[in-house]
Amino acid sequence: MSGLWFVLSRLARDRSALIGLLLIALLVACALAAPLLATHPDDVFELHPAQRLRAPSATHWLGTDRMGADVYSRLLFGARITIVIGIIAVGASLVLGVPIGLVAGYYHGWLSDLLMRVSDIFLAVPQVVLAIAIAQTLGPSLPNVILALSVTYWPWFARVVYAETRALQKEVFVESTSALGASAWRLTVLHVLPNIASPIIVRASIGMGFTILTAAALGFLGLGPPPPTPEWGRTIAESREFLPDAWWYAAAPGLAIFLTVMGFNLLGDGLRDVLDPRLRRSRTVRDG
Amino acid sequence: MRLLALLLRRLIWFVPTLLGLLAVTFVIARVVPADPVSLVAGETATPAQVAALRHELGFDRPLPVQFVDYVGRLVRGDMGTSLYTRRPISEDLVLRLPATIELTLVAMVVSVLFGIPLGVLSALWRNSILDHALRVVTVSGLAIASFWLGIMLQLLFAMRLGWTPLNARLQGFPPRPITGFYLVDAALTWDWATFASALSHIALPAATLAFPALATLVRFTRAGVLDVMQSNFVLYERAMGLPRPLIVWKYILRSALTSTVTQIGLLFGILLAGAVVTEAVFDWPGIGTYAVNSILRSDYNGVMGFTVWAGAIFIVVNLLVDVAHTLVDPRERTT
Amino acid sequence: MADLLAVRDLRVDYVTDRGPAQVLDGVNLDVAPGEVVGLVGESGCGKTTLARAILGILPAGAARIRGGEVRFKGVDLLREDPRAVNDRVRGRAITFIPQDPFTSFSPVFAVGTQIMDLMKWKSPRVGGGRRPATLFGRYPRERRRADREAVLQTLRAVHLPEPARALRRLPHEFSGGQRQRLMIAMALLPRPELIIADEPTTALDVTIQAQILRTLRALVKERGVSVLFTTHDLATAHEICDRVVVMYAGQEMEAAPTDAFFARPAHPYTRRLLASVPRRDGELRDIPGEVPSLVTPPPGCRFHPRCEYATAECRAQQPALRVLADGHGVRCHHPVDADRDA
Repeated sequence: MSGLWFVLSRLARDRSALIGLLLIALLVACALAAPLLATHPDDVFELHPAQRLRAPSATHWLGTDRMGADVYSRLLFGARITIVIGIIAVGASLVLGVPIGLVAGYYHGWLSDLLMRVSDIFLAVPQVVLAIAIAQTLGPSLPNVILALSVTYWPWFARVVYAETRALQKEVFVESTSALGASAWRLTVLHVLPNIASPIIVRASIGMGFTILTAAALGFLGLGPPPPTPEWGRTIAESREFLPDAWWYAAAPGLAIFLTVMGFNLLGDGLRDVLDPRLRRSRTVRDG
Repeated sequence: MRLLALLLRRLIWFVPTLLGLLAVTFVIARVVPADPVSLVAGETATPAQVAALRHELGFDRPLPVQFVDYVGRLVRGDMGTSLYTRRPISEDLVLRLPATIELTLVAMVVSVLFGIPLGVLSALWRNSILDHALRVVTVSGLAIASFWLGIMLQLLFAMRLGWTPLNARLQGFPPRPITGFYLVDAALTWDWATFASALSHIALPAATLAFPALATLVRFTRAGVLDVMQSNFVLYERAMGLPRPLIVWKYILRSALTSTVTQIGLLFGILLAGAVVTEAVFDWPGIGTYAVNSILRSDYNGVMGFTVWAGAIFIVVNLLVDVAHTLVDPRERTT
Repeated sequence: MADLLAVRDLRVDYVTDRGPAQVLDGVNLDVAPGEVVGLVGESGCGKTTLARAILGILPAGAARIRGGEVRFKGVDLLREDPRAVNDRVRGRAITFIPQDPFTSFSPVFAVGTQIMDLMKWKSPRVGGGRRPATLFGRYPRERRRADREAVLQTLRAVHLPEPARALRRLPHEFSGGQRQRLMIAMALLPRPELIIADEPTTALDVTIQAQILRTLRALVKERGVSVLFTTHDLATAHEICDRVVVMYAGQEMEAAPTDAFFARPAHPYTRRLLASVPRRDGELRDIPGEVPSLVTPPPGCRFHPRCEYATAECRAQQPALRVLADGHGVRCHHPVDADRDA
């Protein structure tokens, strides 16, 4: 627990990480309190064709879309979708990738090679491409998007865990514990896991940002949850034909995506600085 | 010698990795609730017609057989026929490849040309206004959705200001095809009007594509330079009064770049991934739009074809990056 | 005799979490032409900082020069135009031999490239100060050839095997000793008047240390070059220095010609240092107490907390420099008289 406090206090000194945390908190707040914060909560489902494409005003803070629905309100409900996708997709990738990485790292035989090769296959192609292919074959829906993202993101976790496990194996304390006769699993759970927690957490935070971007891209291409779900990417796609006049229609969801992803990226960077100061990792690899 | 061993090892793994990729895509494409054949046949087709089409396309055979057959034809260069256009896929892809490569290369050149010097300056003038401004840019670069950036750029520069065309690759007739790259061909044939048109058309998509790559390069170069600046050899060179520009641009940069070469490989990955979506936004006639269109039209052969291409290109690029890294870091060569 | 180098009352602070640390606290130092001076002290006494302050390569953000002068041939380097100093003094009149030969070369360029880059800008065949310091510069073929000859000659002089082939090699292909020989060669090539050597043998195997030192001494004596040589090892100082200066907590405590220094040490600290060298009779004698904090140094004489002769005067007032004999100075209220005491 003292470790947690240490981390939090050091994180608190990092201004950009705090900004990231703030942005994430904002996102969560919007998502949770959407019904309360929205000015027109019913606009997620109702249509008001007479009011379509109105500019931002006192009643419609961010204007209305092509169905006359309030952009601002739909944006708030879109936050829910974004969070759900992010958390479940990253969570599933974690649940899938971490054990695979552990097994591959711990054992040294053909199993390990095979697992790493399989993950290489998934990494051989940009995640977007594979996710698009998968999502399309399964059909546009929320669960399918999540599935596509999980299936394509797990290798990042597997790789990180694999590398850390291998590195830890070389450390003396693992050898000595093993010499004392601890069983393999005990070794793993009690000793290896706490040490790989940091890279996993960092990866998860950065992964959230990346996953949300990919999800938005899928939505943009029409592969996300179908209308009338107010998914941000799809909203941008819908807005295109009404440019340049209804610019707020396209700008608002994009800005929302931007702020959300930036929040996770800033937090991820901050966490990386705090949790892995000894390993001087470049803060720039835009991986996933 | 190590180079050769590395190359060999990579080549050996090339085939299984590609096969594995194919298998994954193949399986996902076929083991699916929605029936691709009936989608292609259309809603008005009768069950008999659908069955006939299925037989014609070979979709009624067992999966492993289909896979083996596909790989067999692939080896002979036959990627099958597009379910939608009914043309050989390899032809379609080859036709479109230059457009994507040109876009990706221009974006890469732009990001490298600006990214690396800016990264160095950012490190040298740490915490200056430039550094902070660049920090904002680089953080946003990795947080902006490419397609949204493209749309916003279109909004501003094409629609509102009218400085660039909205989309497409060219207005009017393409230059004489020598390389397939409009910019190069136009320059080589002294066709400056076409060159200008091609340039104005590639400007926005390249900018959109380059932005995240630029952000990555600036941040990475900055970190690398900051790290190298602490080195003992830099201290020595300063102590011996060597000119500062020499120390920075020859010695520091060179050390910082040793690992940047690996980054360029990853960069290519970012660019290629971004190209798919960016092409969609700008109606750029490359393999990205081909992929998206195939996908949206349930053209599975098209999807497979694209996946094969993209996968192969990727694996090759990663190999080249590893080779380049070995060449660039002389320590690898002689040990 | 006009000193080549005269450091007067130099004060340098380092910025730390707990406040400024007075790493150099009014230190004085002289180096005469052709003289090899050893600067001896424990870690943290400030000898490396002094070396870097003279060269002008203190870390800009962390270190602050509070006062004092560094006079080289009469000119205060601290107050001269930095660009002129960089061009005409550094790498020309004053050169440097670093402590760690393993990391003092750029790992990605051949040794020859790095040496020739040095020659391009610092060759004695070119006067300094007229050309702008840039990335590129003209390197006339005539001079390049002459320089290369000089390089090969000097490499032979430092006993580096096969100099011509060596130039094509990368730094990691050389052993530590060989790399340090290269460093010595590079320090000599610009025909300097003063070489600042910062613990040049500390990172090397003991068996090689003596060889390197002897090579260095022979070469500098031959060419009449002065050397300021920092070390924590008294034996090294004894081996090659003409004069020895002892530093403690940012000040010089005693300075004397080598023989006098080892025969008649006057400062209690010096005596302790000499006594603490491990000997054949097996008894290990160390100096009780710890190096003082430089953020809050002890008042008066810096050594008084650990000194057996400390008096009230020592606790209250910093001792001034006292000249005991010709060239033998000490900063102590009660310098030990070898004939009188122990």
